[in-house]
Parts: sequence; C-alpha cells; structure tokens
Amino acid sequence: MTSTLTPPTGTGSDGDDSRPPRASRLTWRQRISIFDVKASPYAYVAPFFLLFGLVGLFPLAYTFWVSLFDWDLLKGQGDFVGMENFWAILNDRFFWNSIRNTISIFLLSAIPQLAMALLLAYLLDQGLRAKTFWRMSILLPYVVTPVAVAIIFSSVFNEADGLVNNLLNLIGIPDQQWKHDTFLSHIAIASMVNWRWTGYNTLILLAAMQAVPRDLYESAAIDGAGAARRFFSVTIPSIRPTLIFVVITATIGGLQIFTEPRLFDVSNAGGIGGADRQFQTTVLFMWELAFFRRDFGEASAVAWLLFLLIVAFGLVNFLLSRRVATGDARGGRRAARRAARKGADA
Amino acid sequence: MTTATPEPVPAVEVDVVSPDRREKVDKYGRPRRGRGSGNAGLGSRPGFLTYGLLAAFVIGGAYPLWWSYVVASGTNATRGETLPLIPGGNFLANAAQVLDAIPFWLALWNSIVISSTITISVVTFSTLAGYAFAKLRFRGRDGLMIFVIATMAIPTQLGIIPLFMVMRELGWTGEIGAVIVPTLVTAFGVFFMRQYLVDVIPDELIEAARVDGANQIRTFFHVALPAARPAMAILGLFTFMMAWTDYLWPLIVLSPTNPTLQTALSQLQSGYYIDYSIVLAGAVMATIPLLILFVVAGKQLISGIMAGAVKG
Repeated sequence: MTSTLTPPTGTGSDGDDSRPPRASRLTWRQRISIFDVKASPYAYVAPFFLLFGLVGLFPLAYTFWVSLFDWDLLKGQGDFVGMENFWAILNDRFFWNSIRNTISIFLLSAIPQLAMALLLAYLLDQGLRAKTFWRMSILLPYVVTPVAVAIIFSSVFNEADGLVNNLLNLIGIPDQQWKHDTFLSHIAIASMVNWRWTGYNTLILLAAMQAVPRDLYESAAIDGAGAARRFFSVTIPSIRPTLIFVVITATIGGLQIFTEPRLFDVSNAGGIGGADRQFQTTVLFMWELAFFRRDFGEASAVAWLLFLLIVAFGLVNFLLSRRVATGDARGGRRAARRAARKGADA
Repeated sequence: MTTATPEPVPAVEVDVVSPDRREKVDKYGRPRRGRGSGNAGLGSRPGFLTYGLLAAFVIGGAYPLWWSYVVASGTNATRGETLPLIPGGNFLANAAQVLDAIPFWLALWNSIVISSTITISVVTFSTLAGYAFAKLRFRGRDGLMIFVIATMAIPTQLGIIPLFMVMRELGWTGEIGAVIVPTLVTAFGVFFMRQYLVDVIPDELIEAARVDGANQIRTFFHVALPAARPAMAILGLFTFMMAWTDYLWPLIVLSPTNPTLQTALSQLQSGYYIDYSIVLAGAVMATIPLLILFVVAGKQLISGIMAGAVKG
C-alpha cells in the first residue's frame, strides 16, 4: 500500500515545488481572479443544494427514522420498534384499500385523459385559424385551483340535485350515487383531474406533434396512407418519448392525489375519503393516520412505502422511455415507410 | 412553433402522384392554399368537423366554470335546475356572505405573499445554479446535475411529517413562514434554467466578458441575466401557480384563523348544511386572481408548457 502511494505523493510534491515560484509571480489581482473562477460556480449552486437538502431531502430521510419508532403526534418519540410499523401497515386493509383506490383513480384519469389530449392535439395541429384563441380556451380549466375544482365538482356530482344527475334524468337515467358508490366516486374524482389537466397535456403533445417532420406525412400520403393511418403510423411513433414523459409526470402526480378526494364529500365523511373509505387515496390515508389518529410512526411508514411505489413506477417508465427514445427517430421513419409500403401494396 | 412556414410544393406533389387520394384530401371542398401547417401537412384547410369538435370541447370545458358563476349568482335552488345558463343578481350578496364566513382578504394577502416570496426565491436560486451548470466548468458538475435530475422525480411532499415536527419545534406552525420555507428551491427550476441557458448563451460571450476583465458575478449580471429573462418569466409563472394551488402542506401547518386562499376556501365546505351558492361564490372569487393572470400572461403560459415539452 505504502509503496503504491509514494510515487504519486512524490510527483505531487514535485508539482507543488514547481508551483510556488509561479504563484509568487502572480499578482494579488490574478490570484483573486483565479479564486473567483474556481469558487464562483460552487457559490452559485450552493444555495440550491443547501436549501434542497435541508427542506427536501432531510425530511424525506428523517421520515424513515420516524417510521422505526412508536411516535405520537402529541407525546413525541416513543420506543424503538424496528420494522413493526411497516408490518402493521402492510397488514392493514385500509392501506391496501387506499392503494387500490389510488391506482383505480389514476387509471381512470390517465387513460381517458391521454386519449382526449391526443385527439385535441391532433385537431390543434391542423393549421387552424386563431390558433392562440383555441390554445388558450383549451387551457382555461388549468387556472382553476384543485381546491376550487373539487368544490365545483363536488356540487356538480351532488347526488340529490347535482348537474350530472339532472342531465342524466333528462335522458331517462335515474339518479346515480356518485359519492357513495366506490366505482362511481372514482369516476367523479378522476373527472376532476381530467378536467383540469387535459388541456395542459394537449399543449405538450401538440408541441411534440409540431416537431414531427412534415415530409414524413407527405411520403406516407404519397404512398396512399389515409389520415387515420398517418396518425397511428407516423404521429404516434414520432411523439412516443413525449407521450411517455406525459405518462411519467401523470404517474408521479396521480399517485399523490390528495386535494380532490379530500374535498369531494366533506359533509358526509369529514374529508377522509368517504364514509366507507371508498375513495380514500394513500396520501389521504397517511394524512388521516398522522393528524387524526396521531400515529406519526405508521404514517411515516406509509410515506416510505408510497415513496418506493412511486420510485418503482418512475424507474419502469424511465427504462421504458429510454428504450423507446433511442430508437425514436428511426422508429418514426420506419413506421412511416411501413405505412407507405402497406399503402402501396393495397 | 415553426408551423407557419409556407410549403405549397407538397400539395402539388400529392395531387400529381396519387390522384386517388385527391378526393379524400379535397373532401372539405376547398382549394388548397398551401399554408403548410397541419398534421395532414398536405395543405388542406381544417374543415367544419375540426372546428366543431374543438368548439364542443371548449364549451364543455368552460361550462362547469360558467355554471359555478350562475349558481354563485343565484340561490341554493339554482343548483337544482337542469341546465342553468343565465346568471342571477345575487353574486355580490353571496360574496358578502363568503367574506363573513372566512377571512377572505387575509387569506388572499397570505397567498400573495407566500406565492411571491417563493417565486422570487425559486427563480433567483434556479437562475444562479442553472447558469453555473450550463456555462461554468467545475469539478463534479455532471455528477451534481444528474443528482438534480434524479431528485426532480422525488416526491418531497412525502416528507411532511418531519417537516411538521421541525416547524412545531421552531414554533412556526400557524405562521406563513412555515409554508414558504419548504419550497424556497425546486430541482425542476434548476433543470429548467440549465436547459434554457445552455443553448441561448454563446460560450464566446462569457469568454469575451472575462477577457474584458469582468469577474464572475459581473458576467452573471451582464451576460447571463439578460439572456435568461424570458425563461425566468416562464419559471416564475409556473412557480407562482404551483405555490398558489398548494393545499396539503398549508392545510397541515396553518390554522383556520391564518389561512391561505386554498385552505380558507376548503373551510367553506365544512358543516352539515351547505349553501352551494355561497360555496361556489367562494370558488369563483378565488379563481378570479388566476383568471386575471391567465388573461395577462396566457400566451407565456402556453409557450412555457410547449417549450417544456420539447426540452423535457
């Protein structure tokens, strides 16, 4: 060990020997300038890392520490219990109920939303007149805050005389139990998310569609691909990286959904996600554990399990997107060519 | 946003090469003008169907908001109507009741202070760090940047329990400072500014500034800052929206007597009897500030969303 270490030290000291004479020739001003160049970048990034570590990463890590203890909201830290909080949560049917609800609401919002956003982006990509007007109109619901959205839709889905049931009555369908039925309440909550975010995602997809080289469409059209064919064989493959980006952000946000279920039916269930927890999501469950049942230990365990779930979802998406993104441009062209060939054969 | 380049040629090509397609493309019965944009990309103008579908979506999207205003300007009975379209004259009366029920002006002021402080902080620190990552060379730069990107996906919201314990320890619960501090920086902000600045500032410009004897901080103020301004505006807009709409953390750390607009609004709904015309009046009142922002800065918002898509 020592023998291998010595030579570098030797050369290092050589370097040091040669440096002082040069350094002494530098003026004060030059030395300050060198220090300025070397140290400034760190000074610029330091505030971010310090603050982010303090208020972002430290609490997250400390959550794990809390999850290892009996920890009461009021009484504070109790006995060390190891992984017991985790086992308790993993055996808690309300936890699994919340996971099911979260994923169900997520799927009900992500899939229709993506389909709708794709259609709208396609329509907006048609060289419209007054395109700024259309884009702004599509984005309008985005400026309504989630709390206001939840309040509005809670009223729209009111079981006795809400707008939705009134409209259903109009076409002969009786009142539906939007707040008591599990599946219907998931649809109602998903519709809030859809309403607010479809326009936003439409614009992201529109930007990606506009970046697709127009000659792809032309060559596909020359070879006889119709509009639908061009959409599925040229547009979709070309914007796939953006599609996956949208899916990832929707996943990270969707798995943490809180405001909408919290405020959907406050009067009947005190805002913990329905009288039978039929729409209690995982963050809502964590919030209830921590601030209603005062169990910080178990609530922290929920936070960490949800964190792992989100990271797992994110990782899968990332690997997926990387695989797709690398073959992206070629994929688009290949698809176009394939479409063209098919068209030519026909 | 390069759609408007005229490309008349392809339209002609399509005509010549595949005459059997012509009917399909010409279905809208319009001579091709070769405006060159459009997914079809073939010079056809969008037809009635396109505008009709879009209009249906826009009306469907706007109606819940309009409906809220109609109910908010009527009475609780208005909500029972099947498809109310015409606002009543009760909005001011209902708004007055909202002001009685919740500390609306205090909440509005708190939200403005919180969102503005967070916006200024996030934009400042993100620009500084983003510039360093984009244009300065230092040991560990790439590693730190990967760290920033990785943390973007981390749901820091899940750290609220220790955060709450710390705030209680500091005696900050109930104070708006407790809402501001946890969001003073965001990883997304740094990433966003870095992506923008890496393209817009030529390295030669920074080199030139240094040759002219400007030190680092001078270079930052005179070269980076002017170039970063458009991105700073967009980042500021999004940060403001994010801070303004946040609900979970203010709900936990603030008391009902010193709320943000969102937590105050949610208080309107508690209680067994709900007068929806008053609750919805509150929702409409709380939406007005962002509607104003939308009218003033909607174009920047749109270009920000669309720019983020291409970069991200």
